[in-house]
Amino acid sequence: MPKQDLLDPQGKAVARALERSGHKAISAVRIGKRIELHYATTPTDAQLQEAKKIAESFLSNGVIEDVVEVSIEQD
Amino acid sequence: MKIGVVTFPGSLDDRDAARAIRLAGGEPVSLWHADNSIKKVDAVVLPGGFSYGDYLRCGAIAAQAPVMKTIIKKAGEGLPVLGICNGFQILVESHLLPGGLIRNEKQHFVCRDQKLLVENVDSAWTSEFKIGDEITIPLKNGEGGYIATDETLKMLEGEGLVTFRYLEVNPNGSMNDIAGLRNERGNVVGLMPHPEHAVEPGFGPDSPVAMRSGVDGLKIFQSVLKSVINA
Repeated sequence: MPKQDLLDPQGKAVARALERSGHKAISAVRIGKRIELHYATTPTDAQLQEAKKIAESFLSNGVIEDVVEVSIEQD
Repeated sequence: MKIGVVTFPGSLDDRDAARAIRLAGGEPVSLWHADNSIKKVDAVVLPGGFSYGDYLRCGAIAAQAPVMKTIIKKAGEGLPVLGICNGFQILVESHLLPGGLIRNEKQHFVCRDQKLLVENVDSAWTSEFKIGDEITIPLKNGEGGYIATDETLKMLEGEGLVTFRYLEVNPNGSMNDIAGLRNERGNVVGLMPHPEHAVEPGFGPDSPVAMRSGVDGLKIFQSVLKSVINA
């Protein structure tokens, strides 16, 4: 997710469109991304830790984004 | 004097950068993203474009390219490196410069001749300017909003690392009107506007003298040629 204290132009544009279409109760929109890493077998704890590292170092940029969650989901 | 220009998949302005180097009196050398070698060049330009289609984040995938490992190492040893537009994005993603670049404040891609104030001339790429020079070079970006933490901004301003600041118009919502930065050592500079498109009369921005006669970008390339000779 984009950091709380930073401007999220995409979210702001969507918030304006929602307001125009009458959704007055929504005060702000923030847009992040979901990235799926697929493993052939259920990831081990070590692989989950490795995925967290990848999320922090490459998949996100700590200057502008925060990693919200890294978790295992079954198909 | 050899100056390398890296081509990534999706680079657009690599040939323009090579032309600017030639017009400034240097010898451009093509470098390839997948090579480890930078062919013994004296400086490197990371050109503009949309490397890897701007996937993930602008510059993020390019920052992982084999050639960048070598450039990051050599930059640490003092090799002059200039990042223009997407090249600037690659520099921040490589942590060679602090902060980040996000989508323009108003979501639009902006293309205009942009006035800049030169604020620091103690870098390999700005030594031919004088502090307070006002230059006009083209700007064209969709994700050029410079952001950084309060702490980083204070550091940049306190140590005078802002090299170029937007004048009259802040085109993309950049914090403190920051258009370009240098690192502490002064060998690495990144900026969003495009000096390589303002190097030859007849093909640059309009100037008070004549239409398309602006060549304010040339000094950036002349600066590095002189810095390399003096090094």
